[in-house]
Amino acid sequence: MLNRRRKAYIGIMKAAMYISTGLTAALVIFLVAYVFIKGIPNITWELLSTKPSYISGRIGILPDVVNTLYIVLATLVFVIPLGVGAAIYLTEYAKNKKLVGVIEYAAETLSGIPSIIYGLVGMLFFCQFLGFKTSLLAGSLTLVIMNLPTVMRTTQESLKTVPQSYRDGAFGLGAGKWRVIRTVVLPGCVDGVITGCILSIGRILGESAALLFTAGFAHALNGVLEGLTSPGASLTVALYVYAKEEGEFGVAFAIAAILMILTLLINFSATLVSRYFAKKREL
Amino acid sequence: MSDIMTAKDLNLWYDQTQALKNVNITIPEKSITAFIGPSGCGKSTFLKTLNRMNDLIPTVKITGEVCYNGQNIYDSSVDVNELRREIGMVFQKPNPFPMSIYDNIAYGPRTHGIKSKVKLDEIVEQSLRDAAIWDEVKDRLKKNALGMSGGQQQRLCIARALAVKPKILLMDEPTSALDPISTSRIEELAIELKKNYTIVIVTHNMQQAVRISDNTAFFLLGELIEYGETEKLFSQPIDKRTEDYITGRFG
Repeated sequence: MLNRRRKAYIGIMKAAMYISTGLTAALVIFLVAYVFIKGIPNITWELLSTKPSYISGRIGILPDVVNTLYIVLATLVFVIPLGVGAAIYLTEYAKNKKLVGVIEYAAETLSGIPSIIYGLVGMLFFCQFLGFKTSLLAGSLTLVIMNLPTVMRTTQESLKTVPQSYRDGAFGLGAGKWRVIRTVVLPGCVDGVITGCILSIGRILGESAALLFTAGFAHALNGVLEGLTSPGASLTVALYVYAKEEGEFGVAFAIAAILMILTLLINFSATLVSRYFAKKREL
Repeated sequence: MSDIMTAKDLNLWYDQTQALKNVNITIPEKSITAFIGPSGCGKSTFLKTLNRMNDLIPTVKITGEVCYNGQNIYDSSVDVNELRREIGMVFQKPNPFPMSIYDNIAYGPRTHGIKSKVKLDEIVEQSLRDAAIWDEVKDRLKKNALGMSGGQQQRLCIARALAVKPKILLMDEPTSALDPISTSRIEELAIELKKNYTIVIVTHNMQQAVRISDNTAFFLLGELIEYGETEKLFSQPIDKRTEDYITGRFG
């Protein structure tokens, strides 16, 4: 009797497990397939290589691609030195462990705040208070604040994976603190740091809410230098605009497909990089 | 033989816990001094005070003096990095850096400003020869050090420590993670090295202390109980507690 009940119980649990796994997988596959089927036929060379013109009714996303590139690069230029530097200080130098704990906790809380709040603050602070107006620079700086906690925390966690015995060995040879960090600690965890940075590129690519407030919607192609100080839509913002305000769902799906491919490439390169360094360390 | 290191009334606390109590000891030059005692007796802690590796632990508080060549190493004018160059350390678990054998040995000299390739090549070869591992690794200097066996790694770490030309070598249970054959090689090496270096070794293994050391210090609960010539300490211990320990009554 008991045996049969147990068998039935195991059977039901197994079925529930299979169903939930299947559902999750099916949802992801459906989403990807839907976006690709709708989007890929709309990706044309003309779409990728021109700017939109209201006169001829042509739609091109080149400005959005360029803007996205600008935002990613500008954000990384600020966020990597700041985040990695802060992580090195907190993990290797800071003496007050309680304060470090508070900062880590605050950073973790910050990374959970909805991005639209960053957008609001970024608009008030960068666009208005500092006078950057709605521009790619203001957008990038907002994303810097948004990504700083994550870059800092992932770097910290990588630093902590370097065994204390490496540090001891180097200190025991008379190496100073900075030399130990530069020659033993950082090379020992560079894969983790780089992976963290690559994943934050993914988050920058995918961000839209914060940029709606700070970087604007412009579709113009700007010169190299004034690009940063001009407003401009990133791919995600362009997606929103085309779908919601112009009803161009074909274009929106094309952008969505491009974003998905980019995300895939970024995750793939993150894996490659960490594998490369892990291998290099082993042999 | 003259004394190279002296500790005077040395006390050490981890937070509130006193780990060393009034340790007084003199260590003679170009000899092997062994520290023995049960786990937690403070022998490793004391070893680390000799080149200020305890500085790395923020809660440590130290009173008293440790003199190296007549200079108190806890004096604020002492350059800790230079001190650790002169008083090298070999750790319990072999800890080569995750880089090539060559770069491991060259790490110390490079740290202290030697850049010439010719000079580095020379130091690397000499250090590896001194650590009796040259013949085993001379064809694979560019290979990663983590690919070596545990015993080889430990001799590599000794070579790495020798590369900065220290005067004293502190060894913190250098063979406790090794097999018997590797252990006896390290012991032979230690005896060979005492011609040119002063060696202080912490060991759990009393036979090891007997085999290689000239002097032995017995620690118990943070106190230095007895210190003297190894042969004498093991054959006619003065203190009852030393006798109990070396005859295996506790520990």
